[in-house]
Parts: sequence; C-alpha cells; structure tokens
Amino acid sequence: MSEPVVLQAEGLAKAFGGVKAVDGVSFKVEAGRLLALIGPNGAGKTTCFNMLNGQLKPDAGRVTLGGRDITGLAPREVWALGVGRTFQITATFASMTVRENVQMALLSHHGQAWRLFGRAREAHMSEANRLLEQVGMLAQAERACGVLAYGDLKRVELAVALANAPKLLLMDEPTAGMAPRERIALMELTARIAREQGIAVLFTEHDMDVVFAHADRIIVLDRGRLIADGKAEDVRANPAVQAVYLGAGSTFGAH
Amino acid sequence: MDLIFIQMLNGLASASSLFLVASGLSIIFGVTRVVNFAHGSFYMLGAYIAWTLVTRFGPASPLGFWGGVILAALLVGVIGVLVEVLLLRRIYHAPELFQLLATFGVVLMVQDIALAVWGPQDLLGPRAPGFRSFLTIFGNRFPTYELFLICLGPIVLGALWLLFNRTRWGTLVRAATLDREMVGALGVNQRMLFTSVFFLGACLAGLGGALQLPREAVNLHMDLSIIAEAFVVVVVGGLGSVTGAYLAAVIIGVMHAFGILIFPKITLVLVFLIMAVVLVVRPHGLMGRKPSGPQHGPAVKEPLLSPATREVKMLGAAALAVLLVAPALLGAYGVSLLTELVILTLFAASLHFIMGPGGLASFGHAAYFGLGAYGAALAAKWLAAPMLAGMVVAPIFAGIAGVIFGWFCVRLSGVYLAMLTLAFAQIAWSVAFQWVELTGGDNGILGVWPAQWASGKVVYYYLALILCTAAVLALRAVIFAPFGYALRAGRDSPVRAEAIGLNVTRINWAAFIVAAVAAGIAGGLYAYFKGSVFPTYMAIPKSVDALLMVLLGGVQTVTGPIVGAFAFVWMQDWLVRAVAEYWRLVLGAAIVVIVLAFPQGLVGSLVAWRERRGDADAAEPVAEGAR
Repeated sequence: MSEPVVLQAEGLAKAFGGVKAVDGVSFKVEAGRLLALIGPNGAGKTTCFNMLNGQLKPDAGRVTLGGRDITGLAPREVWALGVGRTFQITATFASMTVRENVQMALLSHHGQAWRLFGRAREAHMSEANRLLEQVGMLAQAERACGVLAYGDLKRVELAVALANAPKLLLMDEPTAGMAPRERIALMELTARIAREQGIAVLFTEHDMDVVFAHADRIIVLDRGRLIADGKAEDVRANPAVQAVYLGAGSTFGAH
Repeated sequence: MDLIFIQMLNGLASASSLFLVASGLSIIFGVTRVVNFAHGSFYMLGAYIAWTLVTRFGPASPLGFWGGVILAALLVGVIGVLVEVLLLRRIYHAPELFQLLATFGVVLMVQDIALAVWGPQDLLGPRAPGFRSFLTIFGNRFPTYELFLICLGPIVLGALWLLFNRTRWGTLVRAATLDREMVGALGVNQRMLFTSVFFLGACLAGLGGALQLPREAVNLHMDLSIIAEAFVVVVVGGLGSVTGAYLAAVIIGVMHAFGILIFPKITLVLVFLIMAVVLVVRPHGLMGRKPSGPQHGPAVKEPLLSPATREVKMLGAAALAVLLVAPALLGAYGVSLLTELVILTLFAASLHFIMGPGGLASFGHAAYFGLGAYGAALAAKWLAAPMLAGMVVAPIFAGIAGVIFGWFCVRLSGVYLAMLTLAFAQIAWSVAFQWVELTGGDNGILGVWPAQWASGKVVYYYLALILCTAAVLALRAVIFAPFGYALRAGRDSPVRAEAIGLNVTRINWAAFIVAAVAAGIAGGLYAYFKGSVFPTYMAIPKSVDALLMVLLGGVQTVTGPIVGAFAFVWMQDWLVRAVAEYWRLVLGAAIVVIVLAFPQGLVGSLVAWRERRGDADAAEPVAEGAR
C-alpha cells in the first residue's frame, strides 16, 4: 500500500439551495488502484464526481492531483493535467470512425487541434492503433461510431480516455446499460490497464458484482456524507452500509 | 425634460405592437418549439385585412373600426391555423432549421399574395374613432391613440397571465412548454393544443398589425422589419417568457424613441448594445431559463464524413474543366450567369463551413457577404482604392464583423443562434440602409468597377473562378484538417470535446471568423462583378438564398453546397424568366415542397438512398440497453 497518491479530495462540499448534496467528503486514490464510489440514488455520487472533473465548483474543500490543487479548474484544464474520463451515457463523435475518435483525442493531446492543414485521419496512426488494440477495438477501427453496439462504444470511450496517457481515470457508471457478461469484461480490461500502467481509477457503479470483483477499495456515500471507506469485505460487513442498502425500516420505506 | 417624457411615451406606444407580435412568437415557440418566421407575415396580413375591413365597414363609426380590427385579428388567427395544419404539423420532427426555412417559404408566398390582392402602393389607414384628439402634456400635443396603445400592452400582458394561470387550457400550455412528451403521455390531445396555441399567437400578431393602422401606412415591407425586431425582443426577453417579451419590448421601444431623438444613426447600435449586454449577462434572456430536457427534436443522425472518393474527385475535375471551357461556348449572358454562380458557390460553401461541421446554423450569413461587398465598395468610393486593394479590404471588413458578431453568436446554439445571427444581419443591413452619407442608403454605391485588365466579362469570370475555386478547396482542406475535426467534435458531442481538452466555444468562434472571411471574399468579388452594392446584399432574403443553397445540396456532405449552389442559381434564373411576376410565390412554394420532400437535401438524399440499397453495414444489431 505504498503506491503514490494521485487524487486527493479533502472536505468537498456542495449545496443546491438548501440541500447539502455533498457534505464534507474526503478520500484518496493511489496509482494503479481502483476506487469504487457507491451509494443509493441521490447519495451525491454524481455531484461528487462532477466536482472532481471540473464540471461543478465545490462550495468548500480541495481537490489535488499529484499534489497540485485543481479545485475549480475547467474540465479541459483538468484533462490537460492528465485526467481521462468516461461518461455514464457514452459520449463519442458519431460522425467519425472509431479510429478518428481516438485520433482526435491524440491531436488534442499533442496540441495540434488548431492546425488548419494536413489530414487529420492520417495523424498519429500507430498510436491510435495501439490504443484501439489495447481495448480490443482495432478490428472495428474503420467503422462509424454512430453504428457501434453499446458495449463497443464503451470500449472506444476507454481508448479515448487513455489517449492523453492519464494519471487518473474518472469513470461515471462505466458499465451502465451493458449486458452482465460485457460488464465484467470491461472492468477486467480497465483493471488490467490500470495496474499495468499505474493509472489511478475512480468509478461510480450500481452493479455490486462489478464493484466487489474489481475495486481495491470502496467508499460509500449516503445523503452527501461518507459513511464507509475500506476494502470490499469490510464495507460489506459494515452495518451502516447494510442499513442504507437493505433498509433499516425506520429511515427508508420499502420500495 | 418634457421632451424626454414625450419620447418615453412614444417609445412605450411602439413597444405595445412589438410586444403583441413578440409574445405570440414566444408562446408558439414555447409549445411547438418552432420559430415561426411567418409571424411577421401574420402581422402584415393583420394590417392589410384590417385596412380592407375598416374601409368597408366605415372607418367613422366605432363599430366599423374596432369591429374591423378585431375581426382582422381573428381572421389572421384562422390563417395561422391553416398554416399550422397544412405545413407545420408535418415537420414538427424536422430539424429546427428546416422549420425556419419552411416558414420563410410562407413569408415569400404571403408577400406575393399581398402584392396581388392589395397592390404595391402604401395604404393609409383611418384614425381610430374615439381617439382622434390630442392631449397636451408639458405643452406638447400627444395623440390619445398612443396613450391607448401604452395601456393596451399591460392589459394584454395581464390577460395572457390570467389565461395561462387561471384556465385549464393555460395550465396545459404551460405544462407543454416544460415537457410536451409528458403532456402527451397524460392523454392530452396535443394536436388540438398546438393548433389552438398557433391560433392565439397568430391572433396576437394580427392584432398588433391591425392596431398599427392609424399609426403608419400599410406596406409590403412590414413583415420582415417587424420579425427582425421581434427576434431581438424575444432573444433579449427570453424565449417562451411573455413577461420577458413585454420587458424587452419596452426597453427596446424606449431606446428606439430616445435614439431617434439624440442621434438617429446610433439607434440600432444602441439596440445591439442592449442585446449584447443582456446576452453576456444572461445568455437565455432576461426572463428566460436554460431549456431543460431534450431541446432539439430527434437529432438527425450524423453520417460519417469521409474525404472525396476517386469518382467524386474525377467528377469535380470534370466539372472544373467544363467551367474552364464554358465561356468559349456561351454568350455574354451565360458568362455572367456563370460568374454569379461561381461567386455564390463560395458564399454557400462558407455558410456550410459553420453550418455543417460546426452545427452553427446562421440565419444572417448575408451580413458577411454584404459587408465584404461594402468593404470593397467603400474602399473604392472613399479611398479610390484599386480593385485588388478592394478585394483585400473585403474579407478584412467581413472578418472584423465576424470577430465581433461571432463572439456573441457562438455562446448560443440552435434557434437562439439562428435568431441572433439574423438580428446582427438586420443591424448591418440597417446601417447600410440608414447611414446615407457613408453608404448612399437605398441608392447603394455605384461605379465599383474592376481594374482595366479585368474589365472584360470573360477575364473577370476567370478571375472569380480561380479565387472561388481556391477558397472552396481551402475550406474543404480545413474541414479534413485537425481544426475541421475539432470543430466537428464540438458539434457531435460538446461534453466529450471538452473532456479531451478542446475549447469548443473558441473553436466555434474561429470557425465563424473563417466563414465570415470566406463570405467576404465572395462579397468583394460580387461587388466588382455587379459594379455596385446595395443594402439588399445583406437583407434577409440573401441570407435565405445561402441557406437554400446549403440545404438544397445537403448540410452533411462537403460537396452538397456546391451542388446546391448550381441547382439554386439555375432554379432562380428559370423562375425569374418563367414566372417573372410571381416568382416569390413559386420560390416560397418550392422551399416548402423541398423541406417536405428532401429533409436531407439533394446530395444527402442521394447518399441515404445509396446506403439503403444494400449496404450491409446499415443492418447493425442494435445494442442491448442502448440509450
């Protein structure tokens, strides 16, 4: 457990009107580790996530990336510092091929997105192919992103997110909308890449099979507060977590 | 002090009509998500119909006048229902731009119908019975009819508030404004709701027009002048907000009145500044909210954009070869038609650059074409600049406008963007029209002749062909270069683009400037080609010409605008010769038919048709659980 800390959140807080969506949350992710952020609907997972990648500005607290303060930076600035991300609902460029999607990210990474001349589809070919190979999408490199199966789209997104050689991957419900077998495969792939390249991964997830199978550590949010932080078996045994997920009768109605 | 007060009242009076039109526009948009370009036509029809009815019923009797005005408003409402049922109902699921274009087709048709029925001359209306006298305020005579109009604005605002907040129908309309799918799911008859909303909106516009009868002569230009102002009001007030429309109408009406008093030339600049400030502080208008839920109709699925295949390249080379030898085979008229075609192709390609890969639908692209033309003409007139210098000034002039206007425009999207670009174009047009000392106003600037060596028609044709071909090819190259990809990335998925480090707003801004510069080149060439420039180069119809060319050819292909320009110029030339007098009617009808029949344009439809014919790739298994 002596890997360097990549991402550290300290006392993050965000309120919408009178509702404290996230209330004093702190955690850290180390290089090569997978941290799962779980919690029931409305627990504040997405709010928490959006404060990490720059889409929301926290009311209080600090986010540091490799020791550097990134609180309140815009998403593209956060990206430039080495953070890749995937979205709950895949976001890819539908009018481009699979390879072009990756090439676009590579062009941006190399600071060439503003070039007015030269053919984009011939840029960074081998690097793009290597990334696609890694996620098993090389065979479909020439196909349009608009016609891909959903599971394949998720893998393209992963390749795009890896294009800037990130230190940290933020994955918002990476397996949402996928078939069970695909879910396991995608997270296995992510875990392997993360370990091989020493990338820290933070992901939110609803599928507990995925979480318990792949997360090195799990943090649990409930109504904006962190109620548990630890290894899978500890979190599973935690009575507060059980109350939140299974219902303690008094706090949650049956539904 | 007293003069200021009087001007204040004048401003408030003109604000009322503007409010009636803008609120109707706003209500219709709120529910149907259609920006009704024909709303200005409803306003104009209201005035014309009221004129006919009032003169028939007898303008002297109160019943004759007010009965005529109210009946005119109701009749316009019925016309609105006809437009909704016959046209809009069929295209609610089409892209926004096609809806705008279809309603513009209605504008053209109404113009020719009004011309046929009421003739070209201005019609003077009677004074309103009961409001013929003047009130003396601070020693100034102020017409009581104006006071009546001042009161009418808040009364209508109050009535609309009651209608929306105290009736079942109003509740349904408000619900549909928020989420029309949900309202449909709750078992409300959406068709009736949409039609009735359209009726109300058209009535309001008709009433606004009819009430202008005692104030100004009824004429055929009322439609476009009011619609541009109404767009400004709606953008400033916030689309879908009736109170915002009132607030904005008052602000703009009063500003107009003061501007005319202090410095007439600056009036429009003032309006522009207000709009600019509001949009910077509140991008969705004073009372507008960021639209929630799905803003666009079902998005058109963007196909792959791939570089020209060998056959397309051969075809292009063949077309270029034909264009090169054509002057030898054609007469003077043919050469001049070809020159125009070549210039308009660049104009269309420049619009396509931001509209296709950028997804920024400009409804006022003629501003940059016209400013290019004016740049060249002004340089020729005031600086006695030679042709080549003028042709350098043209894109610079247009580019500067692109820098300024573009900065605001790229902060908006969809219909807001379309309306803002249109408003900017209208401002540019008004400056050219009103600043007579500089631009010659309506008479334009004459004597913008090419240099001696290029004065021959054929030589000038080759000059235009070389410059335009180079510019079009350069635009194409940029589309396939990293910048073009980044632009397309921002259109396809703004969140993903930002997540890979692309500054979408800045990229769009740069693209806007590039398009303006390219349009400026076309404008400069056009100025020397015609030997003169007129404000009409920047008028709304010119912007629509460009849109038609792009949409005719298809937004989603790079070759589209070129094909579209050829089809358009040929069609217009044929129309003007075949149905000289009523070409607008025929063109309007043609636009409507094209929108209904080819929602993807000519090239787009061809591509789609070829894909349907046995491309195995099209039959993809749909992803399980895909959203």
